[in-house]
Amino acid sequence: MTKTDFPPSIRSRPVYGELAYRPGSLHLMVADGEGANALVDLVARAGAEAPGLLARAHIIYMPGPNGTDLSAVVQALGAAQFHRSPSYASAELRLRKVLADARMGLQVYLAGTEGLIGQAQREAMAAGLPHDAVQTEHRGATVRRVQCVHCKGITENVRTDPFVCAHCGLTLFVRDHYSRRLAAFQGVNIDAEDPGKVPPLVERFT
Amino acid sequence: MSVGAPKIPVTVAEVTEVNDLIKRFRFVRRDGGPMPPFSGGAHVVVEMDDHGTRRMNPYSLMGDPADSTGYCISVRRDEAGRGGSLYMHHHVRPGMQMVLGAPVNLFALDARAREHLLIAGGIGITPFIAQMAQLEALGGRFELHYAARNRALGAYMPALRAAYGDRVHTYFDDERQLIDLPALLAGQPLGTHLYVCGPKGMIGWVRASAEAAGWPRATVHHEEFLAPPVGVPFTVDLAASGKVITVGASQSLLEAIEAAGVEAPYLCRGGACGQCETAVLACDGHIQHNDHWLTDDQKASGTRIMPCVSRFEGRTLVLDR
Repeated sequence: MTKTDFPPSIRSRPVYGELAYRPGSLHLMVADGEGANALVDLVARAGAEAPGLLARAHIIYMPGPNGTDLSAVVQALGAAQFHRSPSYASAELRLRKVLADARMGLQVYLAGTEGLIGQAQREAMAAGLPHDAVQTEHRGATVRRVQCVHCKGITENVRTDPFVCAHCGLTLFVRDHYSRRLAAFQGVNIDAEDPGKVPPLVERFT
Repeated sequence: MSVGAPKIPVTVAEVTEVNDLIKRFRFVRRDGGPMPPFSGGAHVVVEMDDHGTRRMNPYSLMGDPADSTGYCISVRRDEAGRGGSLYMHHHVRPGMQMVLGAPVNLFALDARAREHLLIAGGIGITPFIAQMAQLEALGGRFELHYAARNRALGAYMPALRAAYGDRVHTYFDDERQLIDLPALLAGQPLGTHLYVCGPKGMIGWVRASAEAAGWPRATVHHEEFLAPPVGVPFTVDLAASGKVITVGASQSLLEAIEAAGVEAPYLCRGGACGQCETAVLACDGHIQHNDHWLTDDQKASGTRIMPCVSRFEGRTLVLDR
């Protein structure tokens, strides 16, 4: 299982790279689900730098939205600090604390699904890092975090397009327009002009 | 031609000798009106008529950006240079009429920064004086580390100490005081941005140290104006205007193009901004790329040239100008 290749789209749609070792005073790695394998590959590619990388690494890991849980694999890397959270929401306070205490020289590595990457990147930006100073690599599920432009509610793990907003019940078309501030794609009512004329819900994100 | 806002006709209001090497000049508009607004880090190109030779040198604005009554620059005398700084030192007097380009900022503060770490060497202090005035007015957090050869050449140190207290740290080479860069870079809170302006060696040292310490590229800012180097005269074929020109030993290619009456875009005239980038149509010889603008691949391809600072050695150079 390697990094996900998304088809080219509009500029707004986030693109992801491949995690690579960079010198730093602290290496914060946040991953979910199959993102565990990106961390394993990062350490393997670090070569002679790997022991130093792990000695200054703080890993926060959680199962992916599809249930993939590779905690044992990540823990076996032997990072200075390893923390398993049951969910992103439960990891967020720890993430904020690490960022609040960090100094320049911190490296941030994010791996896994778009919801995890986007939300953790948002926290890094809120702590003062430029968005492009954070390394990202997509692995695993392609389900999306989507904000309804009408009620502003965010629906997690959207699988189909269109989908039904978990908050207001409108049927929403999933766009590639993305907000780094919200860490979410945009969902727009698909039957606004012809109420009730809703195309079939197609499973686009798995 | 300069790209952007119109030029500013000015009168020299004050000339102040700061120390053995540095003079400060203050310019006001000839029509008495306010100067165009600028932000800390901006520079202007000063046009000089040096007894028939046209010189255009960029200098950082060092005044308070909130003061629209005039512009201040400091000029360090360079005996080995092409003559712009010598002209400013020896011939510019209060009351003289001169022309300035509109301000351009290639070294702006990043407003997203939590804190600004400013590192200056010698005359590289000037953009920071404007930036600190701006930060102070807006409540921005900053600290300055300012190195000079000796106390006599530490222009503006006492004034900055008086204004900003222990946020100003000074270092003197002849007292063997060095900025402890590794400790400084390791101690900054997340969200700090780093700015460096000074001699080439210092800029390289600070940028390399920041990279080794894990600072993201987007948080490290630098400004280095290059003076066009002196070299061997060469001829250039300007294909678009159908002229063949000769570039003199102490003339830049851009100056030679302008002297031939051909309009060419420019902003910084120091190899930094990219505005004068010109396509090379044919090249039989070696382009001496002296700019900070083109990538290494572009330089190697020999298809682009920055006429403000770069030169040529060889048989034929044809430009799309």
